[in-house]
Amino acid sequence: MSSPLRPDLDIIADWIAPGASVLDLGCGDGALLHHLKTEKQVNGYGLEIDQRNLETCIERDLNVIQADLNEGLAQYFSDDRFDYVVMSQTLQATRRPDLLVEEMLRVGKQGIITFPNMAYWKGRVQLGIEGIMPVTKSLPNEWYDTPNIHLCTVKDFEHLCEQRNIAILQRTFVDHTHRKSTLAMRLFPNLFGEIAIYHFCKKTA
Amino acid sequence: MPETLPADSVGLVETQFMHFDEPLVLECGKTLEQYDIAYETYGERNADGSNAILICHALSGDQHAAGYNSMEDRKPGWWESAIGPGKPIDTNRFFVVCINNLGGCKGSSGPNTKKPGTDEYWGPDFPIVTVKDWVHSQHRFMRALGLDYWRAVIGGSLGGMQVMQWSIDYPDCIKHALVIAAAPKLSAQNIAFNEVARQAIQSDPDFHNGRYLDHNSIPRRGLMLARMLGHITYLSDDAMRDKFGRELREGKLNFGFDVEFQVESYLRYQGKSFVDRFDANTYLLMTKVLDYFDPARDYDDDLAKALSQASARFMVISFTSDWRFAPERSREIVQALLAADKQVSYVEVEANQGHDAFLIPIPHYMKVFGNYMNNVAAEIQAGNTGGKA
Repeated sequence: MSSPLRPDLDIIADWIAPGASVLDLGCGDGALLHHLKTEKQVNGYGLEIDQRNLETCIERDLNVIQADLNEGLAQYFSDDRFDYVVMSQTLQATRRPDLLVEEMLRVGKQGIITFPNMAYWKGRVQLGIEGIMPVTKSLPNEWYDTPNIHLCTVKDFEHLCEQRNIAILQRTFVDHTHRKSTLAMRLFPNLFGEIAIYHFCKKTA
Repeated sequence: MPETLPADSVGLVETQFMHFDEPLVLECGKTLEQYDIAYETYGERNADGSNAILICHALSGDQHAAGYNSMEDRKPGWWESAIGPGKPIDTNRFFVVCINNLGGCKGSSGPNTKKPGTDEYWGPDFPIVTVKDWVHSQHRFMRALGLDYWRAVIGGSLGGMQVMQWSIDYPDCIKHALVIAAAPKLSAQNIAFNEVARQAIQSDPDFHNGRYLDHNSIPRRGLMLARMLGHITYLSDDAMRDKFGRELREGKLNFGFDVEFQVESYLRYQGKSFVDRFDANTYLLMTKVLDYFDPARDYDDDLAKALSQASARFMVISFTSDWRFAPERSREIVQALLAADKQVSYVEVEANQGHDAFLIPIPHYMKVFGNYMNNVAAEIQAGNTGGKA
């Protein structure tokens, strides 16, 4: 169970201070929490809805709560409860991503989010030239059968942060194999960034 | 009756008894001067007693949680699905203890036993006990076994309530708390069902104000009705539909009041067979124990404050079709645990069997339960080898 961490999760883990308290929204099989718990003595909780994932999280001795993110976090968590709230590859599948991002910063001091960038060039080619809904490695579903109901672009997300008074602390981009950032991704993230990773907090004053 | 015992059963087991002379002061103000506890154990206790697990039973349960008391037994103990070699509560690794709670009717002091030093049944004079009293007596029992703590306390329904009370009253004596299909307190609807059950028993002419044993009678009709009512609340609408639908016993309508639908036949059978194995006064008592349970009461009605006493790690499990103690009730427990900053996992098992689901080996449930218990076992191992405990 100590297989190497997926690179995007590895980046997130790097951003989290040792001994911190972390809430992972849609924690999947608990790979990130397990890593944080064993390598960084993090006190973590995960929220997850998938049966198999819940079983695996418990097998990994993690605290996991079965919950639907669309019902919000209010029933379980009070304000400023965590140092970090993480949400990896889940934002686009939620009913109200904007409210959830706000919730992240209500229960946590800082937020970390990863999402597939809808404006990635391959998607643009499919929509803009071929005239079809994009299907890419990071967005593999057909339009009629996708959990991803609220896709956004790098620009959209930064626009939302601007609107909601959210300060971006760090950002980086990887491709679908989760290889770390290339120069092109850094220079033109909205065109070449396939998966975006943002670290943010509330703007002070 | 089993010809041979299944390999994953603890096999033949025997109920044991322990006598206590030290008076037990009860929440109601009365004192039990002396009392007996009936119990069973499964699995081997390790050298330092670090693998001991307490199972708490629910309303109609008893100390016989697993295995068979004789080769003539038609059925194994009530939680055979979860206790045994290779099962979630793995008797190859854990020393498992289950006791009949005070006020019960399977050997521990209760209404159907005699008052100490007399030839008179306790009957209705047996004092009203509470979950807190039970846990107090269980703690004393733990000490008498020579144990300092339980590695885990596990229970479903009313059993889960005892687990919560353990974690609050004796935080140093419980490392893991598994609270299954429980609630932090009864709802008005829950109490209402209990009241109907009590009225059914008490209005039976054979009840004799609870002194039926002295009259050589049993309030069969009342207890049967109480059990029939209980059974309806243990099953879900779906489960009843799946099991019985509107099937007729004789395939046609008879336009009368005899048993016609299969569900009627089932309920009557359940009610009748219950009368032969359970005591009516105990049933009354158990329903009161349920009604009174409210651990937050001692903590300004704040469950989080009550549970902030706990140092155990928690595993909370509920079942989607359980309407007696619905998932929302388990979520209240989880919310309080999180507010109290406790370590907790929570799983809501998709199941159509209603409240009874906690006794059924549903694969996902068993997997979650088993995975959690594997870690508990690993912790014992690590503790014994000087690793992290």
